[in-house]
Amino acid sequence: MRAQIALYVGLGLLALVAPFLGLYPVFLMKLLCFAMFACAFNLLLGFTKMLSFGHAAYFGASAYITGWLVTVQGWGTLEAILGGVAVSMLLGAVIGAIAVRRQGIYFAMITLALAQVVYFVCLQAQFTGGENGLQGIARGSLLGLLSLGDDRAMYYFVLAVFVAVFLFIRRIVHSPFGQVLKAIRANEPRAVSLGYKVDRYKLTAFVLSASLAGLAGSLKALVLGFATLSDVSQGNSGEVILMTLLGGSGTFLGPFVGANVVITLQEYLSDLAGSWVSVIIGAIFVVCVMVFRRGVVGEIQRRFGQRSD
Amino acid sequence: MALAEEVILETQGLVKEFSGFVAVDGVSVRVRQREIHALIGPNGAGKTTFFNLLTKFLQPTSGAIFYRGRNITREQPADIARHGIVRSFQICAVFPHLTVLENVRVALQRKLGTSFYFWRSERSLGNLDRRAMQLLEEVHLEPWARTQAADLPYGRKRALELATTLALEPDVMLLDEPTQGMGHEDVSHVTRLIKQVSANRTVLMVEHNMSVVASIADTISVLQRGRVIAAGPYSEVSKNPQVIEAYMGTSSDSLSGGPDGP
Repeated sequence: MRAQIALYVGLGLLALVAPFLGLYPVFLMKLLCFAMFACAFNLLLGFTKMLSFGHAAYFGASAYITGWLVTVQGWGTLEAILGGVAVSMLLGAVIGAIAVRRQGIYFAMITLALAQVVYFVCLQAQFTGGENGLQGIARGSLLGLLSLGDDRAMYYFVLAVFVAVFLFIRRIVHSPFGQVLKAIRANEPRAVSLGYKVDRYKLTAFVLSASLAGLAGSLKALVLGFATLSDVSQGNSGEVILMTLLGGSGTFLGPFVGANVVITLQEYLSDLAGSWVSVIIGAIFVVCVMVFRRGVVGEIQRRFGQRSD
Repeated sequence: MALAEEVILETQGLVKEFSGFVAVDGVSVRVRQREIHALIGPNGAGKTTFFNLLTKFLQPTSGAIFYRGRNITREQPADIARHGIVRSFQICAVFPHLTVLENVRVALQRKLGTSFYFWRSERSLGNLDRRAMQLLEEVHLEPWARTQAADLPYGRKRALELATTLALEPDVMLLDEPTQGMGHEDVSHVTRLIKQVSANRTVLMVEHNMSVVASIADTISVLQRGRVIAAGPYSEVSKNPQVIEAYMGTSSDSLSGGPDGP
């Protein structure tokens, strides 16, 4: 426990000074956004064993809504973020309500199919800009006080949100609700026989995960200044699964580590290897699944005998 | 014949068909208040299916289930638990990655009404710990309170399952083969526990071990090929030639209550 706190503090300090270490702030922000996305996804896969194949729907929809609210409606930054999150929450509630009634592969297929519907809507609708996406989304300012146009200011804002989300997920897992989720994950029929209406708990977890994925998406839209079809595409849903499994699903730091690995590789290899990037990442994933199934953090925790909750 | 108000749980002509195969074929069983009622029968007789019908994990093809005179045939499994009918499973059902104490606490926690509070610390569940420990004491598990349930030996897992079930203060406990796969010592331990916790409760149990049945059951219903072929006190039922034949394949001997069962 003490080692864990020390690790968190160390990582936190590193994150605070990172922009002064010559690292490109926009790249760091992109890292944090995808790490947040993976953490949100992990809440579902890692702590409730629900494998969603369509999490890009919430990430992307929220990115579009935030972008549209800022560029077309002229909303302020915070309001636009909240608007995006609200829409992904709603989307999560609708898709979740249908999906949680099924288990395993059927659950995965329903989330995949409905995410494809969302993708199609984003492709066809007027407000999303179709193939071009939404460009030139301004970051605006925080309540008119702090301009986020500066990369460093924006970085600390994103960092603060990420830390809040990270701690929030920890709290969810270590809450009375989290206890019930653990029980459902371990033995669903038994949880039912104790009188728990498990579908409602799963739906709540699903909506929480979708909302946080949406938050990550809307921040990403503000950071990079655009929302495109790739945000809402199947490829993005696959990537977040990969990040989570690579880092270690069911661990708190795993998705963060996985997102760092994947995004860093994409960023640096794209110059060197071009389109071979996806082949390399795919190969890493295969090795990961075959050699260390628990993911990077999962394996480390096992070696050092820590409980993986 | 039992008086109508004494009957707590009753099925009338319960039928379950699986695409042409009739697993439960018109079963009518009456369970009286505060008795230990054993459901016995050879493998494939439909005992577990019958259990799943009672607890709504399966929907019956036809027939009806009454609890305290109320028709509960169309209710949801979680609602059945809320009425006070709590089941155990053939395969031991604990939550392996929770500690022994947390296992019991999960059952206690629902009544607290904070089970959806994802923003509150789990430390708020601490005031359930005392009651959870009491329950663990009842099944002699208090020294293992902080152990992961997965690390308990099999017999103790069964005891933990009982403690978790008791946490709901059920009126009716449905136990599906509570002594299955246990060594001799564990069997007598769990048998004693069942007898102990059955005070002021109704127990309906599926059991293969005839010595367990003989020692604690008040009433026995014998199932064969989805039908009840006999019902009554052990002394009567065990001498029924049809029952002996179903069990032993011969009617030459009365049912013996050997330690390992038939």
